[in-house]
Order: sequence, then C-alpha cells, then structure tokens
Amino acid sequence: MRSSAPADGPRAPWWLAAMAWGGLLFLHFPIAVVALYAFNTEESAFSFPPKGFTLRWFAAAAARQDVLAAIGLSARVALLATLGALLLGTLAALALARRPFPGKDAVTLVFILPIALPGIITGIALLSAFRLGEVTPGFWTIAIGHATFCVVVVYNNVVARLRRLPHSLVEASMDLGADTFQTFRRVVLPQLGTALLAGGILAFGLSFDEIIVTTFTAGHEKTLPLWLLNQLGRPRDVPVTNVVALTVMLVTAAPIVAAWWLTRGTEDVAGASK
Amino acid sequence: MSATTTDPPADRAEPRRSLAGAPLAIEVEGLTRRFADYTALDAVDVTIREGEFFSLLGPSGCGKTTLLRIIGGLDHADAGVVRIGGQDVRGIPAHKRPVNTVFQSYALFPHLSVRDNVAFGLRMKRVPEPDRGRRVERALELVQIGALAGRKPAQLSGGQKQRVALARALVNEPKVLLLDEPLGALDLKLRKELQVELLSLQRRLGITFVFVTHDQEEALVMSDRVAVMRAGTIEQLGEVHQLYERPRNRFVGQFLGSVNLLEGTVQASSPEELALASPVGTLRAVRRPGDPGATGKLTLAIRPEKVRLLPDFGKGENRFECLVEQVIYTGNASHYHLRCGQQRLTAEAMNDAPAVRGLQPGQRVAVELPPASLIVLED
Repeated sequence: MRSSAPADGPRAPWWLAAMAWGGLLFLHFPIAVVALYAFNTEESAFSFPPKGFTLRWFAAAAARQDVLAAIGLSARVALLATLGALLLGTLAALALARRPFPGKDAVTLVFILPIALPGIITGIALLSAFRLGEVTPGFWTIAIGHATFCVVVVYNNVVARLRRLPHSLVEASMDLGADTFQTFRRVVLPQLGTALLAGGILAFGLSFDEIIVTTFTAGHEKTLPLWLLNQLGRPRDVPVTNVVALTVMLVTAAPIVAAWWLTRGTEDVAGASK
Repeated sequence: MSATTTDPPADRAEPRRSLAGAPLAIEVEGLTRRFADYTALDAVDVTIREGEFFSLLGPSGCGKTTLLRIIGGLDHADAGVVRIGGQDVRGIPAHKRPVNTVFQSYALFPHLSVRDNVAFGLRMKRVPEPDRGRRVERALELVQIGALAGRKPAQLSGGQKQRVALARALVNEPKVLLLDEPLGALDLKLRKELQVELLSLQRRLGITFVFVTHDQEEALVMSDRVAVMRAGTIEQLGEVHQLYERPRNRFVGQFLGSVNLLEGTVQASSPEELALASPVGTLRAVRRPGDPGATGKLTLAIRPEKVRLLPDFGKGENRFECLVEQVIYTGNASHYHLRCGQQRLTAEAMNDAPAVRGLQPGQRVAVELPPASLIVLED
C-alpha cells in the first residue's frame, strides 16, 4: 500500500488535531482572561472589551502589605516542605527500592496515600492529629502538612531513578573499598542528581499552589492561595487579584518547565550507564 | 594432533606450570549457599594457590558465579568457611577484603572519567598524591588505555571498557583478582585477543586470578588449573591437560571438547588393564591409578583425535571396520562420522594424513582405538 506519510509517521486526521487544540484552548482560556484583565484600566467586573491598558495595578500590588506577606509565607512554607520532602523522600526510596521485607507492600501503599487521597481527607486527618497533639495551627503545621504529600513526589522520582541504577555499580563501589555511606555519596547520589532536582522542583510547585490541605492546617496566616481565595469576595480588588495571579502563574510555570526539560534529558544519559 | 603415524602419547602432554607447594591464596571449605527454590552451592571445597590462574568452568546455573561472589564478599554463604591468605573472612564486608572484582558488565561509574574510575579504589584507601596519580598512570599504561584517560565510559567501546574495569581493579594491587566472565560481552576476535593479553598480564604481575567462564576453550587457553562445576558441586578439578586427557565422567568429558562413548560389560580385569565387551567387539583398555573399579557395566571414552584411521586392516588389537557416513571438512582437519555396527564414532584427523586421503562417505575404513587412549569413566 502506498503511503504518503512523512518520515516520522502518518499525520493525524484533522478532527483529531482540532480536538487536541480545542481541549488546550478550553484549559487555558480562563488563564488568558486573567492575564488580559490584569492590564485593564477599569477597576471592577470583567466587561468585554477591556476598557484600556495600564500597568498601574502592578505597582499597586507591589505596595500591598498583605500581598507581600502572603507570597513570603507561601515561599517559606514551600522551601521548608521541599527540603523535608527531599530528605525523607530519598530515605524512603532507598529503603523501598530494592530489598523486600515483611510488610513492604503495605508500607509502600501507606506512603503514597497522602497524594492519592482527596485533599479534604488529608487536611482533616492532619488537623485532627494536630488537635490531638495540642499543636496550635501556624507556620509549622502548614509546612508539615505540605511536606506530607511533597514527600511522595520526590519519592516517586527517586525510586524510578534508583530502579534504573544497575546494582553492579553499588557492588563495584563496595568491592573497591567504599563503605555504605561513601558509596551513597560518591556513586548513588550523583546518579540521583537530576531526579532530586526534578522532584524538588515539582514539590516546590505543589506546595506553593496547595489550598485544600492548607485551609485545614493554617491558623490565622494566609498563604498565597488562601489570600487569593479570600479576594474573591472583594470585587473592588479584582485588578490586583488578577495581577498577583498572573505573576504567580508565570513564576511557578518556569521551574515546572525546567523540571520537565531536565528529566527529559536524563532518558538518554541513563541508557549509557552500562 | 595426527593420530595415524605415532602412538598417541596420552600422558606425555607437558603441564602448563606446576604451582604445587605454593602458599594458598584462597581456601574454601564446605561452602553451601541455598536460595528459596534451589541450592546454588553444595558443600564445595576448593583451594587456590598463590600466583595461579584458576578458572571456574561450567554451564549457567552451576554455581560458579555464586562462589566467586561469596569469595568477594558480595554474597554470603549459609555454611562453610572462606579463607583469603589464611585469614577467615566470614563477617568481613566486601569493602574490607583484599580482593577486587572485574564484573561481567564492567560496572564503570558513568559520571566519572576513566582516570577517576581507576583512581576510585585508591581514593577510598586515602592514598595521597603524588602516589595515587603515579599508580593510576601505571595501571592505565598496563592495559594500554592511557590515551583515553579523560573520556567518560559512555564514549568507550566494549573492549576499552573492559580494560578500564581491569585497570580499576588492578591498581589496588589486590591479593586476588576475581573475574566474572569479563570477556562474555565481546565479539570473538576481541575475546581471543584479550584472552592472550589477560594471560600475559597475569604472568607478569603474579597476582592470583580466579576466572569464571562457561567457555571451555577460554578456560583451556588461560588457566593453570580448572574446576569444572555442575549444579553446585565441583565435578573435577585439576590441571588443564589432566582434565582433557582424563575426564572423570561423561559431563566433564563432554564439557571439555567432545568424546566418543563405548558402553559395555567388563569381561576380565587386572590392576593394569581391563577387557570390555562392547558393541564393536572386545576392547582392551589400560587402567590407571585412581580409575574407578572394573566390574559389571562400564563406559569407556575416547577423544576423536585419538581414534586412529588405518590404511588397511593389518594386525592389532582394538581394531574393527566402520562405514564412513559423513566427512566434515574444517580446513586443517576433518571430522569423520563413522558407523561400526551398533556403535557410532567420530574420528578427527589432519587432512594431510595418508590414511585418510580421499576417504569418502560410503567407504569402509579400518579403525583402531589404542588401549592407552581409552578413558575409564565413572558413569
């Protein structure tokens, strides 16, 4: 059968391409609206077409104390949660990647639960635990709550990388005189590098964005998502809300693209490990 | 190798080297290793002398790699003792043992250059510069990869990676070098080249080599002594020519080269010889010390190159007539597939021997099995 297909495979039928683009548009339309109205001169509502173009809302947002406080809190929480996730996720991955032990399957399942379960359940569980321990909700409870599910993201990345690591490398390292810790530092860790980076970046993005669990574990503080949620009841503040939303979207998109680019590169490098 | 003009000198092959009396590099006693569904090693005993090139030879699953790994500390035994240089190493972890391993997959560290790979062991031992650099350069020269020192493993060919793995192990000057089928992943020509190189390297350095392989030719080329293994036990251990000329049983006989098997019943025997009633008639065989007992059912074996094809029948013992069924030409020699009544035999002869010139399938030929070339098997 003669095929007029191009070198990399037959072209998709037009309706398939149309559906793909349609879906993409549907997903990004709200974001586009927010971006557009961040520059609108009019203060309230979303009348179409937008009245004018201005950059003054950016200045206004930068001057707002509550905006800066919310961003600062979100950043600090995300940083702490990411660090905790990196440490605990790597330890867990090292333990669970290879050797079987009684109850290993159960432990693996329980480990993944915080991200598998709906946020409300995780949030309520954490709040109950904190109340039980008579811990007052605040910065630390938010950070711990975030770390609980950020660990899973790091764990997944690291475990996948560990499974691709030939065990003979570890054996060779020990054969050459390196004990467990030296082997980890000099042989395993360099191989995990990109997995940790990608996992860390994803964990940061996850924590920065999180709202459901945070609602339960926060005290009086407002992380950025909580602040944004609060703003919905303030129609006069719409442009500032749009500005903040747009800025945050751009800032969090960058590391996620970076993480994707990094893990994409490692597929080729990993194959050369033999 | 022609067997048609002179008597086959079965025992006159010179030993490769004799290291008898050398101190023991490795002693293994009663070593057992069991996995969930099978026994990998069953009470294995073996001693390896200092400075020898010792091979563990056998098919997949015979336990040779398990044995090697236990010596290296990468696996533990369920029972038995391993001594390295006289010292009991049970409980001593791999990174503290005075041995180094060359892995089948080379296991080079992908994020380090060739030079850093080779220097790894010295770094772990905290050997300072300039000693460390000197030793690394010497090791690189030894295996002739000095020019590639700056490259990463991904940029090397299979043969080059193997040399790096070798240098990385040897630079630590181990008492014993363990090699786990290091040439397995290479093509034939490269393998043969490296076999010769490995052999001369071992001779030069004097380090004890323990070499695991499933390739009998490889073992024959390089080893001083070989242990032929099957299903977790050592079937036979000895110098290479001993194993070839005097295999103990069918397995060893068929694993190292090929054998013709003649089954029969013992008619008469004395300490020096026995007479076997076989499908080709009564055969006289010479008995040697250590041979199994000569009663009842017995199997004799003879190597194809020892089967003599004669120009005419003449007079002599162990002679009978066979039909040539097939002639397989292999360049310098030919294999002759013979049928002698109920018995099938394979003979091998050089192509310039007068007795076999012009021998064609369908012709009849006189065959002699010299009594001294018949091997008494245990099974």
